[in-house]
Amino acid sequence: MAKPARPRKKAPTAETGESEAGGSGFALRSLQDNLASNRRYEASDEELLHFYEQMLLIRRFEEKAGQLYGLGLIGGFCHLYIGQEAVAVGLQSALRAGLDSVITGYRDHGHMLAYGIDPRVIMAELTGRQAGISKGKGGSMHMFSTEHAFYGGHGIVGAQVPLGAGLAFAHKYRGDGGVCLSYFGDGASNQGQVYETFNMASLWQLPIIFVIENNQYAMGTAVKRSSAETHFHRRGTAFRIPGLDVNGMDVLEVRRAAEIALEHVRGGNGPVLMELNTYRYRGHSMSDPAKYRSREEVQEVREKRDPIEAARHDLLERGIDEARLKEIDKAIRARVAEAADFAETSPEPDPAELYTDVLVSAY
Amino acid sequence: MAIELKMPALSPTMEEGTLAKWLVKEGDEVRSGDILAEIETDKATMEFEAVDEGTITSLVIPAGTEGVKVGAVIATLDGDGAAASPAPAARVEPAPQPAPATPAPRGEDAAPVLRSDPSVPEGAAMAVLTVREALRDAMAEEMRSDSRVFVMGEEVAEYQGAYKVTQGLLEEFGPQRVIDTPITEYGFAGLGTGAAMGGLRPIVEFMTFNFAMQAIDHIVNSAAKTNYMSGGQMRCPVVFRGPNGAAARVGAQHSQNYAPWYASVPGLVVIAPYDSADAKGLLKAAIRSEDPVVFLENELVYGRSFPVPDIADWVLPIGKARVVRQGADVTIVSYSIGVGMALEAAETLAGEGIDAEVLDLRTLRPLDRAAVLESLARTNRLIVAEEAWPQCSIASEVIAICMEDGFDLLDAPVLRVCDADVPLPYAANLEKLALLNPARIVEAARKVCYR
Ligand SMILES: Cc1ncc(C[n+]2csc(CCOP(=O)(O)OP(=O)(O)O)c2C)c(N)n1
Ligand SMILES: [Mg+2]
Repeated sequence: MAKPARPRKKAPTAETGESEAGGSGFALRSLQDNLASNRRYEASDEELLHFYEQMLLIRRFEEKAGQLYGLGLIGGFCHLYIGQEAVAVGLQSALRAGLDSVITGYRDHGHMLAYGIDPRVIMAELTGRQAGISKGKGGSMHMFSTEHAFYGGHGIVGAQVPLGAGLAFAHKYRGDGGVCLSYFGDGASNQGQVYETFNMASLWQLPIIFVIENNQYAMGTAVKRSSAETHFHRRGTAFRIPGLDVNGMDVLEVRRAAEIALEHVRGGNGPVLMELNTYRYRGHSMSDPAKYRSREEVQEVREKRDPIEAARHDLLERGIDEARLKEIDKAIRARVAEAADFAETSPEPDPAELYTDVLVSAY
Repeated sequence: MAIELKMPALSPTMEEGTLAKWLVKEGDEVRSGDILAEIETDKATMEFEAVDEGTITSLVIPAGTEGVKVGAVIATLDGDGAAASPAPAARVEPAPQPAPATPAPRGEDAAPVLRSDPSVPEGAAMAVLTVREALRDAMAEEMRSDSRVFVMGEEVAEYQGAYKVTQGLLEEFGPQRVIDTPITEYGFAGLGTGAAMGGLRPIVEFMTFNFAMQAIDHIVNSAAKTNYMSGGQMRCPVVFRGPNGAAARVGAQHSQNYAPWYASVPGLVVIAPYDSADAKGLLKAAIRSEDPVVFLENELVYGRSFPVPDIADWVLPIGKARVVRQGADVTIVSYSIGVGMALEAAETLAGEGIDAEVLDLRTLRPLDRAAVLESLARTNRLIVAEEAWPQCSIASEVIAICMEDGFDLLDAPVLRVCDADVPLPYAANLEKLALLNPARIVEAARKVCYR
């Protein structure tokens, strides 16, 4: 495997920014130190059960989406979130619903589910039906919910980063206290616009958290083949953006890190850069020759670091009854099956929809 | 509970594949996520994963079977009741809508009515190649003969190309000349342009031209204008290539045809071939050109096979259109994937007694005005079929040519048949309505023939 997701050993001086940071007492490592002092969020049993349930919903939903794709009911590109569930669930659980905004790329089903958006309208978008969240016009990569302050669903790698800064700019402009979470991949991290955005966000102290979901690969390219600096959380250093290196396979660590980051940003201290180390189990999209990594590598992560298995283990350790987990599992399967049924039986968009929504007004 | 496992569609355009290998046998217990089989398409070998849990009861299709249709039952599984999801077994009827994974062929079945290219030497042997192979061969031949030529882009080397166009190049030419880039289009397009200024011959592959929008400043401002601004001192012999236009169901941000954009820029050469012979001959010409070339391919055409002259150095002139079907009643002008649809439309029209000529522009800048006007002089009626938005399109330009220099030849107004003037929708039915198709070409041809 390219890089272990567990905390790495590093030279303690490498990214200490104090000396150049001026008199503000600003330290690029301060957030990381805070996380190191206490890595896991102390969740109540009910909270952890809820996280488990949400992660499982994403997993089962995505499995079903893969299945519907294989049956020809979903077309085009379809990027599954399997393996990365703890990232969206842990981070989104720390947000204030309806206030904080979220934006991501094309691998977006999980983020929407973590937001509590109805799986039926997501699945119906995947099958391209009128009842889909974008009326069937967007598809897997292009889903949005302004109601949930979820701003998409973007197909161009890296585009969501400055767009996220724009959302943060709007929060600041309005003074509403909201924070934007902009998610992007390890591959996207090499786009120039990311660094243009880092500079502006830091310069203007925008309330944004940059979330790099480092799943170790961009399509078939392992991070070390595309990136001179593979410790992505350090990439804000030149812009004085503090970084956090987080195990993205542990939902409680993700949640704890989210709270640290949010506290910093909400305190008016400008952006934070989080690197969530995670892993994508499935192919990049549906067609993926899978020649760039070994089966054993994937199997190893599945067996040893699976975020859902870990949460399940934690729950059982806490003495939660296994029957309760079985109940949850069953309920989720039913929900997903229902979403799939809904998505298969809903009608396609009316042909007249072809020309609607091009403009808010009309030509 | 018995669950049927069906041949999956693993890419937007896959219709059938080879069941290369089973990784399980009858009686095996499988869990969700286990790899069951390896499936091959013309693009790649892919793994087929289990979604349901249970015991494999039978392997219906033996390993090594070719041409297994998407949706065919390949194995059965005895699902363990509670955990297994019932969906696939229950669904025996076809989906209510036309299955999106096997999109209407959109012209793919058109019988290639190929007239010999004027530049094919008499009696030359023909080899049948896919467009994908023709493009690869063109690059390989030029790389063999000119050490300044190199290829760079996302996934071009180790992955063998996102659409497998650069397959085998890394193996033959090594990592110094076949270079995987980070996802930094603006950066590597600029770097490629600079390398051309510095005396090399870069081929810059964009995974698709949708992503070249990140880099368009270098294509237009750095590559196209340099020769002029330097008074002819500084050249920029770079080729920007990759798939352009709509694929299948990939939505608005991945489906645009940029031909009209680049074709509007003085200082660029813009090529958009349809078949394998033109793809090879024109890509070789592009690589040899002293000027910056934008070379627009089409993903849906990559897998189609056409004859290519089997001669040592098949190079075609840039800037020449080609009559791919002769006719007397109406001219259908097109390029790229539109040519296949125009040929199909011409077949239909022939059945109705309308003899259509099909002109493939092949190069969009410089545009072969003479060929358009010559064909118009023969037929006196002309339509343009273009898979692009209508406003400010190549079609608009061809119409302008007819108005400026062919007005007296016209027996009917020139019509254009383009995509719907909307961002491309994802839904299968809307996508079909939005895109160019042979039926609409036929309709326009009838109209100008007053039939
Ligand atoms: C500008 C641009 N270039 C290329 C692509 C094609 N592409 C889609 S996803 C992807 C890989 C992105 O990898 P990463 O950022 O690590 O995200 P992941 O897919 O791993 O979630 C590429 C190259 C694109 N969509 N947009
Ligand atoms: Mg990645």
